[in-house]
Amino acid sequence: MKKRASLPAPLRPVLAFAFWIGVWWIISAIVGSEVLVPSPPAVAVRLFALFGTAEFHLSVLFSVLRITAGFASAVLIGTVTGILCAGSKTADALLSPLFGVIKATPVASFIILALVWINKEIIPVFISALMTLPVIHGNVREGILKTDVQLIEMARIFGLSRKQKLLKIYLPSVSPYLTAGVRTSLGLAWKAGVASEVLCFAALSIGNKLYQAKVYLETADMFAWTVTVIVISMIIEKILMSLITAYQKRKRYDGNKKPEKSV
Amino acid sequence: MTEIKNLKKAFDKNVVFDGLSLALPERGVFALKGPSGCGKTTLLRIISGLDRDYEGTVECGGRISYVFQENRLIPTLTAFENVNIVCHNEAKTRRLLDRVKLSDSIDKYPGELSGGMNRRVAIARALAYDHEILLLDEPFTALDEEVKADVTALIKELESDRLVIMVTHDPDEASAMGAEVIELTSCARINL
Repeated sequence: MKKRASLPAPLRPVLAFAFWIGVWWIISAIVGSEVLVPSPPAVAVRLFALFGTAEFHLSVLFSVLRITAGFASAVLIGTVTGILCAGSKTADALLSPLFGVIKATPVASFIILALVWINKEIIPVFISALMTLPVIHGNVREGILKTDVQLIEMARIFGLSRKQKLLKIYLPSVSPYLTAGVRTSLGLAWKAGVASEVLCFAALSIGNKLYQAKVYLETADMFAWTVTVIVISMIIEKILMSLITAYQKRKRYDGNKKPEKSV
Repeated sequence: MTEIKNLKKAFDKNVVFDGLSLALPERGVFALKGPSGCGKTTLLRIISGLDRDYEGTVECGGRISYVFQENRLIPTLTAFENVNIVCHNEAKTRRLLDRVKLSDSIDKYPGELSGGMNRRVAIARALAYDHEILLLDEPFTALDEEVKADVTALIKELESDRLVIMVTHDPDEASAMGAEVIELTSCARINL
């Protein structure tokens, strides 16, 4: 069969990016209104202008802190509840409906309820945590339940300690599931976090800036802030995934290791 | 003394043991022999306490070490770590890995070793663990004749004052171990 000609791998994302910028530019030109769809250069100009202000950096910093705090809390709590539910049928029966409800409830409902319950500055932390919690919980629980039963039996026979079982058997098993959960839920944390910042007017936040841009019909600013969210979310994901991958490689938890040859 | 009284065990409607009784002394080598599916591995699992879903009584005369049918090595640990994790004695670990001819491969992971080498790590691990009873489930699978002879000699030397129960299909392996053969036929009839 004839091999299809293809672009060099490093060029593909660059060209895909350029393609979609082109599409955006064409749509903007067709619409012909900077208020409805600003052109890429107009957004770039606003982005550079915003980047030069202290408020931009403070808003980004506080949004990053809030969402990261929420996400970290979800990883921590989700890991604990995942372990608990994998080990206890009672805990699983008790907590499963709760996570089911969280998954099924629209994020806006939680934000509005949170506005009644808690300080508005903490709402993005709470919402980011709440939206990512079921993903982390489910993945950790699944990873533990999928742990090799043969290794668990081996650990029982040879009297391995709780700590040894956790670090040498369960952790390597949970690791790929937790990594997948982190990858999936980080974007979710950003979406939910920024949405809650918009609705609760958190001071010095990307969401608040987005809301203000909407109120004053500064569409180029809205696009600039949205681009900022996307870029920051991608940078954080890259950094986090690199750290996790490096740790997994060091501990040989990565899926690249060869399976034990059968006898 | 390891004693099994009136053992009854079934998988759904498939009866494996229907009143098996067996008494084994504190030391000696015994080989469980019989056709596939007659319950040899199941009996080892019951003796070890891994399978508790049965009727009857099983009294075990001491701490058990086990060479499973599968190697069951932890893939993220080296050969050395896989053995040392059960005995916490580096000198003993090195000595045993040396005895099973793996001194050059102690830092290798299970994924980097051949089937036979992994088998030897599993055997070294079982020997390293402090025990009174050794269960061996087809221990010599994947070992070549020369290594098999060395490992057989090692087990005989180290386990002379303990109870060893092995599962094997090969009469030569049982005789090389100096084992008394316990023939399991269908449904717990034993020919001693």
